[in-house]
Amino acid sequence: MLHDLLISPFVEFEFMRRALVGSIALALAGSPLGVFLILRRMSLTGDAMAHAILPGAAIGYLVAGLSLGPMTIGGLIAGLIVAIGSGVVARTTILREDASLAAFYLISLALGVTVISMRGSNIDLLHVLFGSVLALDDATLILLAAISSLTLAGLALLYRPLVMETVDPGFLASVGRAGGPTQIIFLGLVVLNLVGGFHALGTLLAVGMMMLPAASARLIAEDLTAMIAIAAAQGMIASYAGLILSFHAGLPSGPLIILVAGLLYLIALVFGPAGGLLRRLKPRRHLEA
Amino acid sequence: MIDGAEAPAIRFRDLTLGYDRHPAVHHLDGDVESGALLAICGPNGAGKSTLLKGIAGALSPFSGAVVLPRAKRREIAYLPQAADIDKSFPINVFDVVAMGLWKRCGLFGGISRKELDKVRDAIAAVGLDGFEDRAIGTLSGGQLQRMLFARLLIQDAAIILLDEPFTAIDSKTSKDLLSLIARWRAEKRTVLAVLHDLDLVRDYFPQTLLLAREKIAWGKTDAVLTPENLLQARAMIEAFDRQAHNCARAA
Repeated sequence: MLHDLLISPFVEFEFMRRALVGSIALALAGSPLGVFLILRRMSLTGDAMAHAILPGAAIGYLVAGLSLGPMTIGGLIAGLIVAIGSGVVARTTILREDASLAAFYLISLALGVTVISMRGSNIDLLHVLFGSVLALDDATLILLAAISSLTLAGLALLYRPLVMETVDPGFLASVGRAGGPTQIIFLGLVVLNLVGGFHALGTLLAVGMMMLPAASARLIAEDLTAMIAIAAAQGMIASYAGLILSFHAGLPSGPLIILVAGLLYLIALVFGPAGGLLRRLKPRRHLEA
Repeated sequence: MIDGAEAPAIRFRDLTLGYDRHPAVHHLDGDVESGALLAICGPNGAGKSTLLKGIAGALSPFSGAVVLPRAKRREIAYLPQAADIDKSFPINVFDVVAMGLWKRCGLFGGISRKELDKVRDAIAAVGLDGFEDRAIGTLSGGQLQRMLFARLLIQDAAIILLDEPFTAIDSKTSKDLLSLIARWRAEKRTVLAVLHDLDLVRDYFPQTLLLAREKIAWGKTDAVLTPENLLQARAMIEAFDRQAHNCARAA
C-alpha cells in the first residue's frame, strides 16, 4: 500500500525517475547558492537574473526552435552579460549591486522582447516559464548533472573568499585581489543554475528552488554548514514530495515541487529555532549568567 | 638616501588625497622610518583616516604618491575606523580571526596545528578567551573591535595601520592592546595609529604627525604636540570651500 503510494510511481515510470534525478541535481546545487544569496542580501538577485535569462533563451528558441543547445547558450550569454555587467558597475561606480542589476535586467528584458517582436514570431514561452520536469531527455539530464557538479566544485573552491567577501569585503580587498573574481564567478554559477533550472522547472520556478529552501534553512540553523545541508535536504524532500503529489493528484509537477518547498518554508517560519515566529512570541526565561 | 637598509617604510611624495576634487590631505611630503611608532593626530576632518586609506591603497591619490620601498601594498595590515563587517552573518569569532591567515592559506590551503594555536593565542591576547565559538552578532562594540585586533595580529604584517583603534574599548583592554603595540615595535614593525587621546599619544608614541589637511608638524611627539601647533591645527576650516580654485601648487 505504502509502496504503491510512495515508491512504485518511480519504479513503473521512467519519466518520474528522470524528473526526480533532475530536480535533485537542481536542489543540490541551487540551495547552497540560495543560502549565500540570502546572506549577501541578494535574495531578489535570483529573480532579476531569471528575467535576464528569459530573452536570451527566447532568442535561442527563435534561431533554432525548441532545442536544448541554443536556448541554453542564449540564456547563459544573456545572464552572464547582466551578471558581469552589474558586478563591474557596482565595483566602479556609486551604484550598488541591486540598482545596477535592476538596470541591466530591465534593459535585457526590453531588448529581448523587442528582438522577438521584430521577428514577428509568436513563441510558446510557457515551456520556458514553467518548464517540463516530466519530459527530461538524456541531454537535458546530463546538462543538469553537469551544472550541479560544476556548481558544487566551484562553491567548494570559492568557499573561503565567498564567506570573507560576504562578512568583511573591505578586509578581503586589503589582503588580496580575490574579491572581484569571487563575486563574478558566484553570479556566474547562479546564472548557470537558473539556465539549467528552466529546462526542468522553468525560469521562475527555478528561482523558487534556489531561494525557498535557503530561506527556511536560515530560520532553522545558526551555522553556515548546517544551513547549507538543511537547505539541500529540503530541496530534495520538496522534489520527491512534489513529484509524488503531482503524480497522484494529476497536477503540474513543477509548481507542486515549489509549493512543497513553500510549505516547508512556512513551517520553518513559525517553528524555526533560529528566528522563527514562535521564538519571538514565546521567549524562554533568561539565564543566570 | 634610499640605500636598502636605511630605506623608509613609507615615503609620501607630494601626496594629495581627497574626495570629489576637494583635497583632504594636501601636498604631504615625508618619510616614515622603518620600525617607527607614529601617532597621527589632528581635528575631525583633518585627513587622518584618508591618509591611512591612501597608504592601504583603498583610495588613489589626486597627485603625488605613497611609495613603499620595503613592502608590497597587500602586506599592509589595516584596521579601519568602521569596518564594514556584516554582523548578521553566521560566523564565529575564531573563523573571523583565522581570516588573517588568508595570505598563507589562500583558497584551499590547509591550516596547520601551529597556525590554529596562533589564532587561539591571538584571541587570548586581546582578552577574548572563551569567545571562540560565539557568533559575531552577539559581540559588543568593544569586543568586536578586539576581535578585529586579533585578526590584525595574525596577519603578521610589516606595516600596521590603526584608525582610532581604542574607540569603544575600556581602559584595561586598551592598556593590553597598547602593550601589544609596544611588542610590535620590538619586532621592528612600522605602526601608524590615528588617535585623539593626546595623553595616550604622549605616553606611548615616540613620534607624531599633526595633520590638519596640511602637515602642521611631524617629529618627536613632545616637539609636535605643543600648544602653538595644536592651536594652528584647530584653526583649519573643516568645510569644503565650494568656490575653491584649482590648486596652484598642483601644476
